[in-house]
Amino acid sequence: MPILHDLELNRRDLMVGGGTLAALTAVPAVVQAQPSPAGAPALTKVSLTVNGQSHDLEIDIRTTLLDALRERLHLTGSKKGCDHGQCGACTVLIDGRRVNSCLTLAIMNEGMEITTIEGLGTPENLHPMQEAFIKHDGYQCGYCTPGQICSGVAVLGEIKAGIPSHVTPDLTQPVTLSDAEIRERMSGNICRCGAYSNIVEAMTEVAGRQG
Amino acid sequence: MKFDKPETTNPIDQLKVVGQPVNRVDGPLKVTGAATYAYEWHDPHARLAYGYPVGSTIAKGRIASMDLSRARTAPGVVAIVTAKEAGQLGKGSRNTATLLGGPEVEHYHQAIAVVVAETFEQARAAAALVHVTYEEAEGRFDLTAEKDGLGPTESDVKVGEFETAFAEAAVRLDETYTTPDQSHAMMEPHASLAAWDGDKLTIWTSNQMIAWSVGDVAKTLKIPPANVRVISPYIGGGFGSKLFVRSDMILAALGSRAAGRPVKIALPRPFLMNNTTHRPATIQRIRIGAGRDGRITAIAHEGWSGNLPDGDPENAVDQTKLLYAGAHRLTGNRLATLDLPEGNAMRAPGEAPGLMALEIAMDEMAERLGLDPIEFRVINDTQVDPGNPARPFSHRQLVECLRVGAGRFGWAARDARPGTARDGRWLKGIGVAAGFRNNLTMKSGARVRLDRRGVVTVETDMTDIGTGSYTIIAQTAAEMMGLPIERISVRLGDSSFPVSAGSGGQWGANSATAGVYAACVKLRETVAQRLGFNSKDAVFADGEVRSGDRRVSLAQAASDGELVVEDTIEFGNLKKTHQQSTFAAHFVEVAVDAATAETRVRRMLSVCAAGRILNPKTARSQVIGAMTMGVGGALMEELAVDTRRGFFVNHDLAGYEVPVHADIPHQEVIFLDEVDPMSSPMKAKGVGELGLCGVGAAVANAVYNATGIRVRSYPITLDKLITQLPGAS
Amino acid sequence: MRAFTYERATSPVQAAAAAAANPDAKFIAGGTNLLDLMKLEIETPAHLIDVNGLGLDTIEATSEGGLRIGALVRNTDLAADERVRRDYGVLSRAILAGASGQLRNRATTAGNLLQRTRCPYFYDTAQPCNKRQPGSGCSAIGGFSRQLGIVGTSEACIATNPSDMAVAMRVLDATVETVKPDATTRRIPVAEFHRLPGDTPQIETVLERGEFITAVTLPAPVGGKHLYRKVRDRASYAFALVSVAAVIQQDGTGRIAVGGVAHKPWRVEAAESELPRGAKVAAERLLAGATPTHENAFKVPLVERTLGSVLDEARS
Repeated sequence: MPILHDLELNRRDLMVGGGTLAALTAVPAVVQAQPSPAGAPALTKVSLTVNGQSHDLEIDIRTTLLDALRERLHLTGSKKGCDHGQCGACTVLIDGRRVNSCLTLAIMNEGMEITTIEGLGTPENLHPMQEAFIKHDGYQCGYCTPGQICSGVAVLGEIKAGIPSHVTPDLTQPVTLSDAEIRERMSGNICRCGAYSNIVEAMTEVAGRQG
Repeated sequence: MKFDKPETTNPIDQLKVVGQPVNRVDGPLKVTGAATYAYEWHDPHARLAYGYPVGSTIAKGRIASMDLSRARTAPGVVAIVTAKEAGQLGKGSRNTATLLGGPEVEHYHQAIAVVVAETFEQARAAAALVHVTYEEAEGRFDLTAEKDGLGPTESDVKVGEFETAFAEAAVRLDETYTTPDQSHAMMEPHASLAAWDGDKLTIWTSNQMIAWSVGDVAKTLKIPPANVRVISPYIGGGFGSKLFVRSDMILAALGSRAAGRPVKIALPRPFLMNNTTHRPATIQRIRIGAGRDGRITAIAHEGWSGNLPDGDPENAVDQTKLLYAGAHRLTGNRLATLDLPEGNAMRAPGEAPGLMALEIAMDEMAERLGLDPIEFRVINDTQVDPGNPARPFSHRQLVECLRVGAGRFGWAARDARPGTARDGRWLKGIGVAAGFRNNLTMKSGARVRLDRRGVVTVETDMTDIGTGSYTIIAQTAAEMMGLPIERISVRLGDSSFPVSAGSGGQWGANSATAGVYAACVKLRETVAQRLGFNSKDAVFADGEVRSGDRRVSLAQAASDGELVVEDTIEFGNLKKTHQQSTFAAHFVEVAVDAATAETRVRRMLSVCAAGRILNPKTARSQVIGAMTMGVGGALMEELAVDTRRGFFVNHDLAGYEVPVHADIPHQEVIFLDEVDPMSSPMKAKGVGELGLCGVGAAVANAVYNATGIRVRSYPITLDKLITQLPGAS
Repeated sequence: MRAFTYERATSPVQAAAAAAANPDAKFIAGGTNLLDLMKLEIETPAHLIDVNGLGLDTIEATSEGGLRIGALVRNTDLAADERVRRDYGVLSRAILAGASGQLRNRATTAGNLLQRTRCPYFYDTAQPCNKRQPGSGCSAIGGFSRQLGIVGTSEACIATNPSDMAVAMRVLDATVETVKPDATTRRIPVAEFHRLPGDTPQIETVLERGEFITAVTLPAPVGGKHLYRKVRDRASYAFALVSVAAVIQQDGTGRIAVGGVAHKPWRVEAAESELPRGAKVAAERLLAGATPTHENAFKVPLVERTLGSVLDEARS
């Protein structure tokens, strides 16, 4: 006998009456059914500062920073590898800190300085980290590369700023640069081509030049 | 150009550019984010719409009903295509399951609809409103359960009398090994942008084999191949997952046709692991019999795997026909029908899982014989095809790989008694395995243009999936035409270019550059003729053509207009008369936490003998990348099968773990000096898959050396060690 | 992702009131978990209240000699704080063992406490899951459960809490401070903050509707050796199979909590009194009544051995 599957319907029906707990909130177990505020997506005006340039956009509120960069500003250097914070290809710098741009809404980043790979350097005017990636062949297919480079730049800054990592031997001592520190801190950027060994060499060279 | 005789001297042998560790010519674009991948072609597509797939949520059965009404009226929706709207579709010759399912469902997350909307956000939201009911059918999802009673897929390959020789052998091994389903997990999801111009379709996509794609898109959509153009200049990794047309291409094309505008679609990561292909799991039984002198007398390798109806087995036994000597041999595959997603090629299909098993077996056998595992392999080296001794290897340096590696890695310091080396809380161990992968060659074409600036442009539908094709092709053309590499422009991945070997099976580098070589030979002849030189004694160097006292700039040949020539390399019988293979020795040191059994790799070395290395920098990257994938396969990668519901449960990059930076130490690669004139005019062979073949077993053997625990079931996770570790309760 | 409306909160009380007024509202801070789940329609809020502008991002000394950590202090900043590194090393270590640098830069203290499970069946909306869809059943039981819980589980749910930070907070006896829509505040010991699944696995904490976390406080430092050992298949950027947070005094007494085994950070005070007798006895107490699946039974010896290793390290 065939088994009928209708989970989607069940789920929706239950969600209306059952409610779930949020990641950041406390909605009680039983909630009132209420019409959604709008069938149509809410559009909103957003002002983003990217690579020193200000952009005014009208976007669907649901737009992530990554999709705003890629689909609206056509800054496609930031890559979508997983869209769930599991790969690091979308890494950009926000106010100097590296962030997964797929897990933040564009609208949450108004007033912040966003730097993408395009803002670090261009083919004609490469950032030292970009140069080092070429020299040490710190990439293969190139898809994770912008994220690796944004992360790489930020990681050297984090080490300089004394931010500890999982492999920092003593939390009460200053943080020092090492291969192990680089590897641990870069672990949020997956490279399936497996250029890791070369990326460490590229970063070490840049760190050495920075002194 | 036909390649059917061993190559003598040719201009490539100058090695002014070829063989040099040249930086990637596409590097500046890749490191600045300026290289354009499939989903990023905005400029020509102002009215772009976004597609989002809907996947089956059962593994096998029929769609009973599909309610599109809520999705159709959702904001921004332009079109929805299901199998019903799509009409009769064909199936690509290289696809096992159909790419748009319905009403029949063949596997979990098989695409059953595409929703097209004005924005990505709208398409994604509307896709969730498609409401489907199913009539679920019983499926088969458990390879172990299906294994018994399966006969050979094709007849077993037998040499001599294996059963008798094995029974009589003084020392015997009979063990079974398993490898799990694995996911390619390339960083760029499958993505396509499709645009119709009348009945002509252009697809910007991410694909390794352009001409295959043209053919299979045409076949699927039932349109003439001449009406299909496929463009794929940058590919964010493939590893076999993008050898074939996948649902993104077909859904984009159908969505675009329905919407009447260009449509792009990227497969969402949590969807693509069940939607696309994977490396099938294997069960492998290996039997080895040897004399007390260590000589193998009998060797058998049987492999079990599963696939959808009409799918192929994972051929894990093939290398065992060739890797070691032994008079009596048996190899064969057995294939179960499984209703899991489609199994298909992943980097080094066959050899990768095959050597994961065989090279543990060799380690075990060496121990039973009381031999060093390197010596055991050396004793059983063969310079001829053991199944056909009249057929020699074109070049085989396995022994040299092992010897050089042993010296470099400090093998002599290894204590063969397991569990004896300790570093604080870590148990240390060293392991070795042989690497082997056949050298495949494929017909490959290229077009070369010389313009009046003296720039040579190469056009071929070859792809660069991270392998370095752009760079080695530029090197080849530069060497042939006597130009600096800056004067070479390379255009790849477009079906309007000559058909190439494409990227797969580690045949790409050698075959595609040989095609460029052939075209450049033709261009040299044309140039010489145009400039009034005898092409036989014309020398192409430093941007000039020279003969005797006469020298003319190369650009001069194109002063009356661009010179354009095209040629294709075709391979003759040399692979029949000579077995062409690539060899490696992989060395690994691991540390296993004595308490938790976590295994971490500390050192890695691969020594490769793979013909001429066209670019040591990019070739080395291929090998370290493969070594990294080998670590993943050894220690963590496994698609977990839910055998009740028939799907891979851990279908995202958090659940399916691949190695991260912290898992990989500094890696060392040595290429042995080798040129193989039997392989191609380039005298090169493939290396990108060789780097993976055997690595997993080297890790496994190192874990054994560290702990004394022999794990025959990959991945070697801590749960398989912890109850056997010293001090375990 | 379903459509939603969006507002920026102006004060904690206003945020709480806004959340109470709209039953489908969620707070969003770092967003690293919520947006992940919204894309899959596992979370489907109709309204988002962005609390990032509320400050609450400082770490201050308390009059009791402890620390008051603002709800919006980012994980990176909490782990890097000199006082935390010196006096609450287990907390720094636990945070640094989790996620990636990028995620820690955005993830907040409160958000980390509210992370939802990584059970793969919770993440696949086509599969029955009592936590996501109450009453639909638990696919993990009898399914792929290697990563899942072994203690405090129920027939309805065997999910684990994925947080590393929370395990350290538990061993440090932290307290969660909240404000309610009516502006009243309350202090919830972290021990009571997370719930076991029972037959309502969808209810994960004791927070009430609209109740908003403003801070987490740590009592005065207790000294001792602070250790956090996270065991996982890959070396980084992975959730724990098992983790052990420990604060061990010179005399061998101390506190331990375990992650990766239950629906909440797992601490059994009765097990701690056995610490001087060694890991085996302590682990037996800790995991008394454990009901592992066939696939995750290895976590039982793993907890014991990891604990033993941590105690060895504390002694060295």
